[in-house]
Amino acid sequence: MEAASIPAGPPASQRVKQLIGTYGLTAVLLIMPVWFAIQDLTDEGNLVRLGENLVAGLSNGAIWALVAIGYTLVYGIVELINFAHGEIFMIGSFISASLIVTLGLTVDSAAVPVFFGLLAALLLAMIGSGTLNVLIERVAYRPLRSAPKLAPLITAVGMSFILQNVGLLWKGGNQQGVPDLLNAQNTLFTVFGVTIENADVLSVVVTIPLLIVMTSFINRSRLGKAMRATAQDPEAARLMGINVDTTISLTFLLGGMLAGAAGLIYAMYQTTIWFFQGFTGGLIAFTAAVMGGIGNLRGAVLGGLIIGFIQQMSDNRIGTEWTPAIVFGYLVLIMVFKPSGLLGEQTRDAG
Amino acid sequence: MSFLKVEDIHTYYGNIQALKGISLTVEQGECVTLIGSNGAGKSTTLRSISGLTPARTGTITLDGEEITHLPAQEITGKGIAQSPEGRKCFQRMTVRENLELGAYLRRDSSQIQTDLQRVFELFPRLDERQAQKAGTMSGGEQQMLAIGRALMADPKVLLLDEPSMGISPVLTERIYETIAEINQQGMTILLVEQNANFALDVSKRAYVLETGKVAMTDNSDTLRTNPDVQKAYLGT
Repeated sequence: MEAASIPAGPPASQRVKQLIGTYGLTAVLLIMPVWFAIQDLTDEGNLVRLGENLVAGLSNGAIWALVAIGYTLVYGIVELINFAHGEIFMIGSFISASLIVTLGLTVDSAAVPVFFGLLAALLLAMIGSGTLNVLIERVAYRPLRSAPKLAPLITAVGMSFILQNVGLLWKGGNQQGVPDLLNAQNTLFTVFGVTIENADVLSVVVTIPLLIVMTSFINRSRLGKAMRATAQDPEAARLMGINVDTTISLTFLLGGMLAGAAGLIYAMYQTTIWFFQGFTGGLIAFTAAVMGGIGNLRGAVLGGLIIGFIQQMSDNRIGTEWTPAIVFGYLVLIMVFKPSGLLGEQTRDAG
Repeated sequence: MSFLKVEDIHTYYGNIQALKGISLTVEQGECVTLIGSNGAGKSTTLRSISGLTPARTGTITLDGEEITHLPAQEITGKGIAQSPEGRKCFQRMTVRENLELGAYLRRDSSQIQTDLQRVFELFPRLDERQAQKAGTMSGGEQQMLAIGRALMADPKVLLLDEPSMGISPVLTERIYETIAEINQQGMTILLVEQNANFALDVSKRAYVLETGKVAMTDNSDTLRTNPDVQKAYLGT
């Protein structure tokens, strides 16, 4: 009876907060592109430079998106940040670069061997990184599944360092060149004055089919349903007859395979690889996953693309030395407005 | 030879002993209730049978086959389905996806469709809400979903853990009518309830658990008239 006198809906202060949350977030995301768009229009009278930033940003961001999915999938199912995931990505680059060198492919190779060489490198990197990720889970995380959450977190950091040192032993401490098979910086075509390079096309051609296959697998297949069920309630999943251990292994396999694919794209795009790329790349991809809302697949992709774009604008116009600060500045702002991330989903932990 | 036979099981949570030698039997087609207060070991008994908290000693057999130490997912495959305590529906999945997951281990897709229709007949509310996310439904609706999901496994034995928990009396009555109907259709049911009134109505026999042991067992009608049971569990 008392409840009837209380007006319906949230109080005004709450509503204002929600408004700031929704619109503030959009405003924050648009600061840089709008600012530079105005600048371009006044200086040049067109948006070509911003368009080029966008293209390069999206194709770079595709790499982060692929790696970020691995963080988000694993977090969704075992609520663990797999700190070794960046190194899985690095190993993917190393595997594909080694295969390309072993096959004897160079800049001057004909198109057909390059195509099949890249396809083989993609498959081998995906299989290698995927298997490695499964092994890491088996050795370092599974025995600790019922241990306090900090224990597997520390073994994850440990696995990360171990793999970094594997990379250091394998290719040495310096940046290693990779044969520039695709002539990565070569302009393939231009759209409205915006140049599209070979590497941009590779990035899109590899990433989009992988994303489509992955999301339809998770949403539609029987095993994908088992993955989602396990992520939401492992105990109920067991009552359905789902083997939770196998499902978790499958999740690590998928995450690792995407990181391996990202490793190949990175090697072809940057044409250099080194043992530390997994640490920096992993950190950026992890940021993308958190920005998009950890546990959410589409969020990871969105976060990756946004970060790629921010990085590109900053590198191109502000200075590379500022880029990390700007990326993480964005992360902090987004988190303040929306602590669960852009497409944040409720996880078991958060309720 | 009883259909489901639990013999002298002892179950622990870490070092804490929850079951101190529980024995019970359920015959084919029977509905049996476990009643008892909080912490008596009712839920733990069901969790031991379904393998979520395996018994440390003792044996559990289904239709003559020992299942005591099988992992939970294999026990489901042997024909035991559970509607767990707290319902545990997959919150971010639709009603239909939840029901389909209930049939996860089955391959007979035409039979699955038939069973799906049967669940919708038992719980018309679920039919209306097929596309709704489980997490957005009321407690009572989620309870219906949990029972329907367990039925989708086409089990030999159905374990129901506190179907009335946190649900309005009207809805509880409706759910118990459906449980009675499921039993009449031939399903073997082992039911756990704190709120014993409804449970004793639908079951033929009952066990009273106290601190991890069976304190009493008899026909439901006899127990209903027992003064101790009335005082402790029926609130009369």
